[in-house]
Amino acid sequence: MKRTLFRDFWRRFKRHRLGLIGAIIVFILFAVSLAAPVLSPYDPSYIDIKSILEPPSYEHPLGTDQLGRDVLSRIIWGGRISLMVGFVAVGIAMVIGVFLGAVAGYYGGYVDTIIMRFVDIMLCFPTFFLILAVVALLEPSIWNIMVVIGATGWMGMARLIRAEILSIKERDYVLAARALGSSHARIIWRHIVPNAMAPVLVAATLGVAAAILTESALSFLGIGVQPPTPSWGNILTAGKDSIEVAWWLSFYPGMAILITVLGYNLLGEGIRDAIDPWLREGRG
Amino acid sequence: MLLVWGCFALIFSPACSRPEGSSETPGHPAEAGPPCYGDTLITGSIGEPSNLIPILASDSASHEVAGLIYNGLVKYDKNLKLVGDLAESFEVSRSGLVITFHLRKGVRWHDGQPFTAADVLFTYKTMVDPRTPTAYAEDFLQVEKAEVLDPYTFRVTYKKPFAPALASWGISILPRHLLEGRDIMKSPLVRHPIGTGPFIFKEWKAGEKVVLTYNPDYFEGRPYIDRFIYRVIPDSATMFMELKAGGIDSMGLSPLQYARQTEYRKFKENFNKYRYPAFAYTYLGFNLEDEKFRDRRVRQAISYAIDRGELIEGVLLGLGQEATGPYKPGTWAYNSNVKQYPYNPVKARELLQKAGWRDPDGDGILDKGGIPFRFTIITNQGNDTRARTAEIIQRRLKEVGIDVKIRIMEWAAFIKEFIEKKAFEATILGWTISQDPDIYDVWHSSKTRPGELNFISYRNTEVDALLEKGRRTFDQGERRKIYWRIQEILAEEVPYVFLYVPDALPVVQARFKGIEPAAAGITYNLIKWYVPKAEQRFKLKAES
Amino acid sequence: MAAYILKRLLLMIPIFLGITVISFAVLHLAPGAPTEMQTMMQPKVSLEARARLNAIYGLDKPLHIQYFDWLKRLVRFDFGRSFSSDNRPVQEKIMERLPVTLFINILSLVLILVVAVPIGILSAVHRYSLFDKATTLFVFVGFATPTFWLALLLMLVFGVHLDWLPISGLKSLNYEYLGFWGKVVDLGRHLILPVLLSAFGGLAGLSRYMRGNMLEVIRQDYILTARAKGLPEKVVIYKHALRNALLPVVTVLGLSIPGLIGGSVIFESIFAIPGMGQLFYGAVMARDYPVVMGELVIGAVLTLTGNLVADISYALVDPRIRVR
Repeated sequence: MKRTLFRDFWRRFKRHRLGLIGAIIVFILFAVSLAAPVLSPYDPSYIDIKSILEPPSYEHPLGTDQLGRDVLSRIIWGGRISLMVGFVAVGIAMVIGVFLGAVAGYYGGYVDTIIMRFVDIMLCFPTFFLILAVVALLEPSIWNIMVVIGATGWMGMARLIRAEILSIKERDYVLAARALGSSHARIIWRHIVPNAMAPVLVAATLGVAAAILTESALSFLGIGVQPPTPSWGNILTAGKDSIEVAWWLSFYPGMAILITVLGYNLLGEGIRDAIDPWLREGRG
Repeated sequence: MLLVWGCFALIFSPACSRPEGSSETPGHPAEAGPPCYGDTLITGSIGEPSNLIPILASDSASHEVAGLIYNGLVKYDKNLKLVGDLAESFEVSRSGLVITFHLRKGVRWHDGQPFTAADVLFTYKTMVDPRTPTAYAEDFLQVEKAEVLDPYTFRVTYKKPFAPALASWGISILPRHLLEGRDIMKSPLVRHPIGTGPFIFKEWKAGEKVVLTYNPDYFEGRPYIDRFIYRVIPDSATMFMELKAGGIDSMGLSPLQYARQTEYRKFKENFNKYRYPAFAYTYLGFNLEDEKFRDRRVRQAISYAIDRGELIEGVLLGLGQEATGPYKPGTWAYNSNVKQYPYNPVKARELLQKAGWRDPDGDGILDKGGIPFRFTIITNQGNDTRARTAEIIQRRLKEVGIDVKIRIMEWAAFIKEFIEKKAFEATILGWTISQDPDIYDVWHSSKTRPGELNFISYRNTEVDALLEKGRRTFDQGERRKIYWRIQEILAEEVPYVFLYVPDALPVVQARFKGIEPAAAGITYNLIKWYVPKAEQRFKLKAES
Repeated sequence: MAAYILKRLLLMIPIFLGITVISFAVLHLAPGAPTEMQTMMQPKVSLEARARLNAIYGLDKPLHIQYFDWLKRLVRFDFGRSFSSDNRPVQEKIMERLPVTLFINILSLVLILVVAVPIGILSAVHRYSLFDKATTLFVFVGFATPTFWLALLLMLVFGVHLDWLPISGLKSLNYEYLGFWGKVVDLGRHLILPVLLSAFGGLAGLSRYMRGNMLEVIRQDYILTARAKGLPEKVVIYKHALRNALLPVVTVLGLSIPGLIGGSVIFESIFAIPGMGQLFYGAVMARDYPVVMGELVIGAVLTLTGNLVADISYALVDPRIRVR
C-alpha cells in the first residue's frame, strides 16, 4: 500500500519537468555544502589582513570579506548551516503546523477552539525575551536556532491549513468517504491534507528563506552559530556596512538564498502536482 | 554602548592632529574671509537623545545636545585644562577641601531670568536628593557642605580631599526657578530644556531631529551659526548617503568609510575629514578568578601571542594606535615607558611551557593536568570591531596552542548574565578614558562586587593604595607619579591585554570654517565655526 | 453567527489576560532591568544608586504586585510612564509614532494586494506561461533580496547620483514653510522608496498563495461544471473561482494586521522613519517595560482581532464553511 502510493507519487513527480529541475537544484546545493571540504578553495576562516575587501578576482572568484577571508569558501561552508537551518526549521514548523491545523479544522468544536486560541497566544509570545532569558543556560548551537525558528514559525501554517480544511471537509468526496465509513485519520491524511497543501507549500518555501535570514539575527543573541563559522545570513549581515565598497559581500549570499528559494519553489510545485489526486496528468 | 564618564566625554572629544587629505587648510579665518553670521549645521546621530535634563540622562546623544544648551561651572578648554565656564574664576583651598566659585555676572537663562548661585545650590541639592533618578550622584555625595555666600559666590566643602572634585562641577547647572518644588522627572524641561548655553532649544520631533537656534546673549558671544540641527539617522550607511547628498553636514566616519569611501576628489572638495585618537581603548580582559588565568605568565604569554599591529590594520584599517595601559597616549597621565608585549609567539610558547602548559598528545592544543587549554571570549552584539578583534585573536592564540571559542551576545544579557555574575573566562570590551585619571572604580579591589566595574576581580594591594592616594592628591606632578606606577604594575601583571586606542574620525562639510583641531577635538569651539556669506545654504526665516 | 462572534469576543478576555501574564513574566525574566540598562558599566554609579532607581520605578516590588499595578492601570487605558529617562506617558510616545507606521504599512499593503492578486490569478490561469515564470522570478527576487541592499542601492541611485528623491526621513527641513500641496508632495517624495521597497518584499507571499489556491480551485468540479455550461472563461475565473481562492489571502491578511503596528524595524531604521518599529526596538533594548508591554498589548489585541475577522470572513468567502 505505502509502496504503491510512493511509486505512484514518484511516477507522477518525475514527469514534472520543473519539479525535477527544482529537485536537482536543491540536491546540488546540499551536495555542494556536504562536499565543502573538497570544493572550497580556501579555509573559510583563514584571515588575511593584506587582502581586506578585495573585489572578485581570479584568486577570489567572489571577493574577500572584512578580514580578507575568501567569500566563495565561506558561502560554500555557510551552506551547511543555512541549508540545514532552512530545511530543519521549516520541517519542524510544517509538522507542528500541519498536524495542529488539520486536527483543529477537521474536528472543529472545542478541539478547534483550544488549538486556535493556543495559536493566538503563540502569535503574541515574546520569543525574543525568552531567548534572552535562557541565553545563560544554553550552550550556543545550531540546534537551538532550528528549534526556536521551528517552534515559533508554525502558527501561520496551522491557520492556513485549517482554513483550507474548513472548506474541503464539506466537499462531496470527503462526505462520500465519511459515508463509506473511512476512519477519521484516513480521511484527514489521505483525502483532506493532500488537497489542503497548496498554501502550506508556499508558506514552507517562503519560510526557508526567512529561516536562513533569521538564523543570523538569532545567532547574534548568543544562542546560535558563533564566529568564525560562516552562514549565508551572517555573511550578508556583515556585508551591510561595507555595501558601498563591497557589493559582493551581500550580493552573493543573497543570490545563494534566491537560488535556494527558487529550487524549493519548483520542487514544491512538483510535489504538489504529484500528490494531487485531481491532477492525474502531470503537466509541464 | 561604552560608558560615558561624567558628561564630558563626547562633547569634548579630544584631538591633536591636523585634518587630513585636504589640500586647503581648513579653519583659518584669514583664508576664508572674516567670520560672519548665518547658516545651519546639521549633525547626524545614530541615537536619539532621551532626556534633555542631562543629569537624568545616561546616553551620549542626550549629553551631546544638552552640552550646547547648558553650562557647567567649569569646563575643559581646547588643551584639556580645566577653566571656568559659568564660574568666572575659582579657588581651591590649600588642603583641597574647599572650592570657592566666583560666578559670572549678567548671565541669563534662555527665558530671561538671571543666573545666580542659588541655581548652583539647587543643582547640587537635586543631585544628592535620593528622589532624583540620576546616575551621577556619587561625586556630589562626597560634599560635606555647599553654601551660597552671595548671589555670585558659591562654596563647597569636602569631607576628604577629592581630586576629581573640581571636574565634577562641569555638570550642567539647572534653572532653579523652573524646577524647584516640582517633580523633576515630569518637568517640561525634559523635552524643552532651558539653559544658559550658546544655543537655545527650539523644537524636538521625536525620532527625527532636535533643533537649536543661536543664543544672541551668550556670555562668550553669539555663535556664528544660526541654527544647529541634530538629525537622528539610526543606520550609519544611510547617514553616509545623507552626508554625500547634502542632507547632513557632519558625522563620525567608520574606519572603512574614512579609508575607502572618501578618498576621491569630489568628496575631498566638499568635506574636511579629521582624525585624532579617541578617548577610549579596547581590551581583552581575563576573569582572574578562573584557574587558567591565575598565573601571570599565562596572561603575559597571551599578550605576546596577540599581534596588535595586525589588529589595528585588520580591524581599524590602520586608524588607531596600540594601547599599553588605561590612558590615552600623549596625555599627562600616560606612561609610555612600561613593559611592552611585541608580537612574539615563540616567547608566548615559552611562557606557557613554564606555566606548565605542554602538548604531550600532539593535537596542537596545550594541556595541563590532562585538561586542554580552551576558553571562550565573549563580547557584545552590535559592535563589529570587537567581533572581528575576537576572530583575529582566536586565530593567533590557536597558533600558540590555545583553543578559543567566541560568543557574541545582546548587550543586557551579556552584562547581566555573564559579566556581572562573573560567569565568563575572557571578554573583549572597551572603556572611555576620562579627562581625570582617577580609575578607582575599575581597578580597586573594593569594586569587585557583582555589578561593579572591577568585574575581572583584579586585586593588588599596591594598586589599591595608589588609587586611594591618587584621588586625594591635587598636585599634577604628584598624581602623575602615582598613575605612572599603576601603569607599570598593570603592564607587568596583564589583568587586561590592552589592545588599541581607535581614532575618532569626524567629517564636516567644507563650507564650515573656523574649525581648529586641538587636544579636545573639534567641537570645543563650535560657537566660532562659521560659513562665509557666499557659501551659506540656509537662511533662517523670520520666526513667527 | 452573532452568537459565534459574541462567544469569540468573550473568549478573547481570558486569552488576552493569559498573553499579558506570559509577556509580563517573560519580559521580567529576561536579563537586564531598565534601571540597569541606564547604569550598567557606568563608573560613578554605585550599587546604592541603582537600588534607589529601582525603588523610584517600583521595580523593587514583587513581580505579581507589579503586574497587578500594571493591570489596574491598563483597565483605565493607562499604559503607564516610560522607564526611559524621558519618563513620558507611554500613550503619548506611541501616538506620536503610530500614524506614520500605519500610513506606510497600509499603503504598502494596498500596493501588495493590487499587484499580487492579479499576478497570482494570471499566473495560475496561464500556468507555466512566460508570464508565470517571469513573475515567479520577479516576486522571489523581491523576497530574497536583502532589504538593506536594495534600499541602499536605490538611495545611491535616486538620492545621491540622480538627486531625484530624498534619502531618508519623512519631511524636508523646510517642510513647515511649504503650502499644503507642497507638504503633500514633500511627504510623497519621502515615502516613495520605503513604500515601494516594503511592498516589493511582500509580493511573493500573497501572489504565491493566490496562484496556488487558484490552481487548486480551477480544477474543482464546480468550475468544470461552470465551464461545461458554456459560461465565458472570464466569468468562470473571476466570479466562481476567485472567490474560492481567496481563503489563504484572508488568512494571510489576518496574520499581517499586527504587523501594521509593529511596522518594520529594518525599514524604519534604514530610512530613518520615526515609527513604531524603532520605538519598539529601542524599548526592547533598553528594557523599557511599560513601552514594551504597551506595544505587546496593542499587538495582542490586533492579532486576536485579525484572526477573528479572518475566521468570520471564511464563511463569507466560502459559504460552505459553517461558523459556529
